[in-house]
Amino acid sequence: MEAGTPDLIKLEDLEATSGLTGRKHLLSLLVENKPGVLARIAGLFSRRGFNIDTLAVGPTEDPEVSRITMTVDGALHPIDQVTKQLHKLVNVIKIRDMEPEQTVAREMALFKVSAAIESRGEIMQFAEIFRADVIDVSRRTLTIQVTGDTGKIDAFERMIRPHGLVEMVRTGEVAITRSRPEG
Amino acid sequence: MRAADALCEALKAEGVKHVFGIPGGANLPTYDALYDAEIEHIQVRHEQGGGHAAEGYAKASGKVGVGLATSGPGATNMVTAIADAIMDSVPTVFITGQVRTELIGTDGFQEADVTGITLPIVKHSFLVTDPRHIPEYVHEAFYIASTGRPGPVLVDVPQDLSRADIEYEPSTGIPELAGYKPSTEGNIKQVRLAAKALANARRPVIYGGGGIVNANASEQFREFCRVDRFPVTLTVMGLGAFPAPDEQWLGMLGMHGTRAANYAMDEADLIVAVGARFDDRITGKLSEFAPRAKFIHIDIDPAEISKNVPAHIPIVGDAGDVLPKLTDEYRALRAEAARLDEWWKQIGEWQEEYPLRYDDSEDSEIKPQRMIEAMFKVTEGEAVITSDVGQHQMWCAQYYDFPRPRQWINSGGLGTMGFGLPAAIGAKVARPDDTVVCLAGDGSLVMVCQELATAARHDIPVKVFLMNNGHFGMVRQWQELFWDRRYSAVEMGDSPDWVKLAEAFGWTGMRCTDKGEIEDTMKSAIDADGPVLVDVHVTKEENCFPMIPSGAAARDMVG
Repeated sequence: MEAGTPDLIKLEDLEATSGLTGRKHLLSLLVENKPGVLARIAGLFSRRGFNIDTLAVGPTEDPEVSRITMTVDGALHPIDQVTKQLHKLVNVIKIRDMEPEQTVAREMALFKVSAAIESRGEIMQFAEIFRADVIDVSRRTLTIQVTGDTGKIDAFERMIRPHGLVEMVRTGEVAITRSRPEG
Repeated sequence: MRAADALCEALKAEGVKHVFGIPGGANLPTYDALYDAEIEHIQVRHEQGGGHAAEGYAKASGKVGVGLATSGPGATNMVTAIADAIMDSVPTVFITGQVRTELIGTDGFQEADVTGITLPIVKHSFLVTDPRHIPEYVHEAFYIASTGRPGPVLVDVPQDLSRADIEYEPSTGIPELAGYKPSTEGNIKQVRLAAKALANARRPVIYGGGGIVNANASEQFREFCRVDRFPVTLTVMGLGAFPAPDEQWLGMLGMHGTRAANYAMDEADLIVAVGARFDDRITGKLSEFAPRAKFIHIDIDPAEISKNVPAHIPIVGDAGDVLPKLTDEYRALRAEAARLDEWWKQIGEWQEEYPLRYDDSEDSEIKPQRMIEAMFKVTEGEAVITSDVGQHQMWCAQYYDFPRPRQWINSGGLGTMGFGLPAAIGAKVARPDDTVVCLAGDGSLVMVCQELATAARHDIPVKVFLMNNGHFGMVRQWQELFWDRRYSAVEMGDSPDWVKLAEAFGWTGMRCTDKGEIEDTMKSAIDADGPVLVDVHVTKEENCFPMIPSGAAARDMVG
């Protein structure tokens, strides 16, 4: 065989994968349930200059394993590099970069809204449209619980903010893969 | 069995013969256990020195180096060495004492959150909370430190727990770690793709790094390079992986590398990176680095691939496993060797036009480059050389031709001044039959000069050749070239008197100020028994050239 035959790879045809994806990524990590694991992950992000947008930590069906769900902006950080660095942590067992179409993601938020008697009706109407629950009431405020994907919660926030948002708490997304219809 | 004794048993089971450290309150039980254990303890005089000695031991032997320190200041003193070990991927285990469990979190005497402090600079760490885990953590620490991409692992042991009575069973086999499974094989499809690309390259360069040395893959690397007439360059961490000089050898790459090596990267159409990580000292200005090249990147650490420079053909694996496959695949393609003729012609022109050179003095003054040449001659290129950090390090990398790996031991990533002497002590302990020379800088050596006592006390006959220019020379060079010669805090005067200092520590001290005597002086230092320091006075304001100014491109080399 001679150099330059079609069987060989033409160098100009080689392409490198680009770093930034430009979209939000939801990473689902299985980690060992041991002290200091979250500190290792948080430390890795700060050391490498990555930013975590949201973070949710909780137990799984296996008591020795915890689940960390985080969102990271793929327009600012090379997700490939983020996941590879996370993989290097000995306590990180598995990482999944969740595919949006195959993922069900939910977040919960609590909104404390100033609600004078005259605007109360309107606020509760919003809540109903968003299938949100009023979970606490005082003379001046209503506290509303909303569950849904991030877009829905953002939308609710936009609707409610003009009424006077006193406080907002969001959990960050948790996510699970969709089952196939027959599954 | 007492947990501290189990710790020593676990160390012995891992084949540990030597440890470097200093005792203190929190690791008293460990030191009590060492009293009977068949492990030689080298008492250093500062924990940083202990850490670097463990690194030198590891780099010289390929085995895991072990450093011990007590809690608080003992452990924080070791932090620089741990950071050094992560940057240069040195297989090391550091065992620190911690205050008693009930005192953790109370700001107890000599308490420091060492596990927390070292989180960003360890490959992994263990804070012992149950004494029954101590032996298991030691085994896991050795496994993690020495496999995959090597690195430092910390085991922090509270004092009370190391006094606990536990069952000890010798461990067998590889530890089960759910989240740690380094892949070594290399994807064969990728290897085939790489071979085909390489067979089509007209201007290839092989760029090797310290990963080849860590993988003990120099033989496989050399065979791969010689499967065709590939031009070869190495980083400062890789020196020795390919023999210098050699027909295919371009010289060192990077900021103080040769023009031939840097220009070849600049003009290359295909670069094969093996166990190297595209550090800024290699790439210079990233956007202008090797603008015409495609990249094959072979590394055991997937996170290094496409970290700084996007790889076109990534291959994750151990150099020792991947290179023979790549060699075979390439050989089977029977590429036309003559296609490289033009490339070699070009490289030959660079080599001829820009050899490493310096103007020797016309009087008896010793030029620093001349000192390295003398060192090479006297040691016949056979010594294990450890180095501090600065001009002398770069001159040595340029002018000492290393025929073999694990002969050149320096701090490349962190650039730790003071690395050389303790690393030489560690290297000499690991390889007592080899001549071990520390090429020291006068700025560096004084930072760790307490370790002169270590070598004297343990009768470790290392030789220190001190390149004394009375300055923090590399910083002075930068101030001269890039900061308008405004020399700020770089001149050091003539303190200490190094010969007297050496003698005060029980060493033999020698001085050399005349270039006509340098080889004889070095030879008598090597032939003498025991540790010897030779204070070599060199030109005070010599610059290390060539160089790529920081943030510039290879094309813009100066000097």
